[in-house]
Amino acid sequence: MKYTVQIVGVGGQGVLMASMVLGTAAMRAGHQVSMSEVHGMAQRGGSVISTLRFGDDIISPLESAGGADLIMGFEPVETCRYLSLGNERTFILMNLDPVYPSAVAAGFEEYPDVQKLVDSVRSRTDNLKTLDATKVAVSLGKAVAANAVMVGAVAAVKGFPLDKDLLKEVLLEIVPERSKELNSKAFELGYDAMS
Amino acid sequence: MSILEESGRGLLLGNEAIVRGLIEAGVKFASTYPGTPSSEIGNILEEISEDAGIYFEFSSNEKVALEVSAAAASAGVRSFAFMKHVGLNVAADPLMTLAYSGIVGGMLVLSADDPSAHSSQNEQDNRYYSTLSLLPMMEPSTPAEAKEMIRYAYEISEALTLPVIYRTTTRVNHARSIVEYGPRTDTPAKGHFYKDDKRFVNIPAFARLNRVRLLELNKKAQELSEVSPLNRIEGSGDIGVITSGVSYTYVKEYTSGAAILKLGFTNPLPEKKIADFIKGKRYVVIVEELEPFLEDQVFRICAQNGLGVPIYGKRSGHLPREWEYSPDTMKRLKELIAVKDMSAPLPPADVKLPNRPATLCAGCPHRGMFAAGKRAVGKKEVVYCSDIGCYTLGLQPPFHAADFLICMGGGVGAAGGFDKSTDQKAIAYIGDSTFFHSGVGPLTSALFNDHKIVTVILDNRTTAMTGHQPNPGTGRGFGSINTEPIDVETMVKGLGVKFVKTINPYDVKEAEKVMKDALDFNGVAVVVSKCPCPLELKRNNKLRVRECHVNQDKCIHCHMCVKTIACPALVKKGDIVRTEPAQCIGCGMCANVCPKGAIEVKE
Repeated sequence: MKYTVQIVGVGGQGVLMASMVLGTAAMRAGHQVSMSEVHGMAQRGGSVISTLRFGDDIISPLESAGGADLIMGFEPVETCRYLSLGNERTFILMNLDPVYPSAVAAGFEEYPDVQKLVDSVRSRTDNLKTLDATKVAVSLGKAVAANAVMVGAVAAVKGFPLDKDLLKEVLLEIVPERSKELNSKAFELGYDAMS
Repeated sequence: MSILEESGRGLLLGNEAIVRGLIEAGVKFASTYPGTPSSEIGNILEEISEDAGIYFEFSSNEKVALEVSAAAASAGVRSFAFMKHVGLNVAADPLMTLAYSGIVGGMLVLSADDPSAHSSQNEQDNRYYSTLSLLPMMEPSTPAEAKEMIRYAYEISEALTLPVIYRTTTRVNHARSIVEYGPRTDTPAKGHFYKDDKRFVNIPAFARLNRVRLLELNKKAQELSEVSPLNRIEGSGDIGVITSGVSYTYVKEYTSGAAILKLGFTNPLPEKKIADFIKGKRYVVIVEELEPFLEDQVFRICAQNGLGVPIYGKRSGHLPREWEYSPDTMKRLKELIAVKDMSAPLPPADVKLPNRPATLCAGCPHRGMFAAGKRAVGKKEVVYCSDIGCYTLGLQPPFHAADFLICMGGGVGAAGGFDKSTDQKAIAYIGDSTFFHSGVGPLTSALFNDHKIVTVILDNRTTAMTGHQPNPGTGRGFGSINTEPIDVETMVKGLGVKFVKTINPYDVKEAEKVMKDALDFNGVAVVVSKCPCPLELKRNNKLRVRECHVNQDKCIHCHMCVKTIACPALVKKGDIVRTEPAQCIGCGMCANVCPKGAIEVKE
């Protein structure tokens, strides 16, 4: 078995944190793990991608285009930008809350209509699930918990090889003590959003 | 789990694995100038070096980093100098002669190369430094291997009395894999320097002899490479692949059927092992990123051994020289070796997507300085000489404050060149850490040669781009060593610069006035734009919590704020500008440029 997750989003959204939770859980489950992360200049509000591969005979830190089993999209435009990382069987999880690029914020460029983005992905694959992870997190009190919502949702993805309880356990180990309760709730709401 | 534990395992970033390797090898001295993709090694050492019994410093540049580590190793202490690939250019001068004198305690010089230039100005292949300096070189393929090889590399270094070049790439430094913690060895933290002029004082008479000594040591290194377990053959068959570094992982997982010669000890190459591997093969494919470093040597080895086996790779046009490899690169080898089936990618979305380049943060003080500079310049023609740091992003609209960029500290020197060779005024933008790295020299030269330039030192009180390391301008406060900050303005005045003014870039109007005076000054003018990086303040919980708010009753929709500062916290929809509370830090730069006072700053 080999399983590849491509986690995409914007610097500062918690892409690295989510990949660390999934990667650590995969290690605990006894898999070999190889990951690749983006550090440095691109983290300044740029487009960010983290690759996680686990299973048997895993050594490469990168996956081929089309090779993802799961795309975890933290942001609608970024999910679309990296669509070619998946194939027709890839499960795509797409957070619908946009983060505006600076040129959009300044009014130099337009942010596309989110529904159009969703329609575009849906016209290419049946395996899309959208969720308002940031809105769910804000309803709990903090936008930063969106990544816990996303991790919870991943636990409910059909065929995802890691156990829900294990994912939650690792998540709660990694987040700061004072936000454990918040993250625990966010995780469960993410999980429930998938049913 | 802490990296200092006696045993266990962790999912470590390549750079964390390297630190663990240093601990296990009993390294006692480390030095660097921060540079991606090697930066995290320094960040971790800043935190744990004292507990690990390692002396660690951020040197003012890579040359100094190499020199202090060279001295430690010459006194018998195991040392580690690490830097990004272009940093080794800065350190190349001491490296070349250090090879002549050699060392006593083991020494590694880590060069973190950046194929695809993810966060660099070029993608030079530093493996050539090993053949240039005649120093042994090792190349790990994964984080786990990056840890394992370190202890071995120190043993080789000490056996040969030569520093070893430890060459990594971004996809090793910034990959993660499971790393098993091994036992820690201990070595002396203090050494003694035993004088030996013939070795350590390379005057011409001694250098000539040391050149011979180095060539002899190279022969010995060759023998060690021949028997090294780092150079191993996997599988069998009449088709061969020779590979090193991260490329090995792509060959291993995405191709099958070929015998693989995996090289980890890559200078000197195990020539006999390579010749024996090639003998009897139908053909051999060389898979390596960037330059045909292995490939060209393999051609030479074949020629010397009378082997007519075809060699494929970059010279045959199968593989590219530019950019990093990936599993997809293996598809180019389909006519030569069995490549794993790969799923067809989904077609791209049919919606025009906005670009998302890296950008200066909300409330970044560089925004204010660039805005002030641009206003002061007005319609005059100037050449903006940029430098290596966050402020390179001044290239973007609306600032366009980067016309020329070559290397660290390069902007100040280039500005002098433009001043003497054109009628254009030159402005050099350089960061505080970068100024200490290599800006002082060219500024001195500008005074000496009467370059009439404006140098703006963007003093944000940290080394921001690489992850907020301290620098001489901040003073040192870790590892029980505390030093005073060096004051930039006093230092520049001390050089003899007549025009030196320090401004607060959040006060854009005042900064503009000072920049006008600086541009009119007939000589070397220095403007110090002093304001701490908000990210660094946030990290230390020192950011004063304030918020800007656009009073829509007063706003006349001139959009001066957006056009001048273009802060990501200012959101313009149609004619209306608002601030985005999640992003705004309340610095007040936008309020400063608003002609109607419509932007209010609240605590």
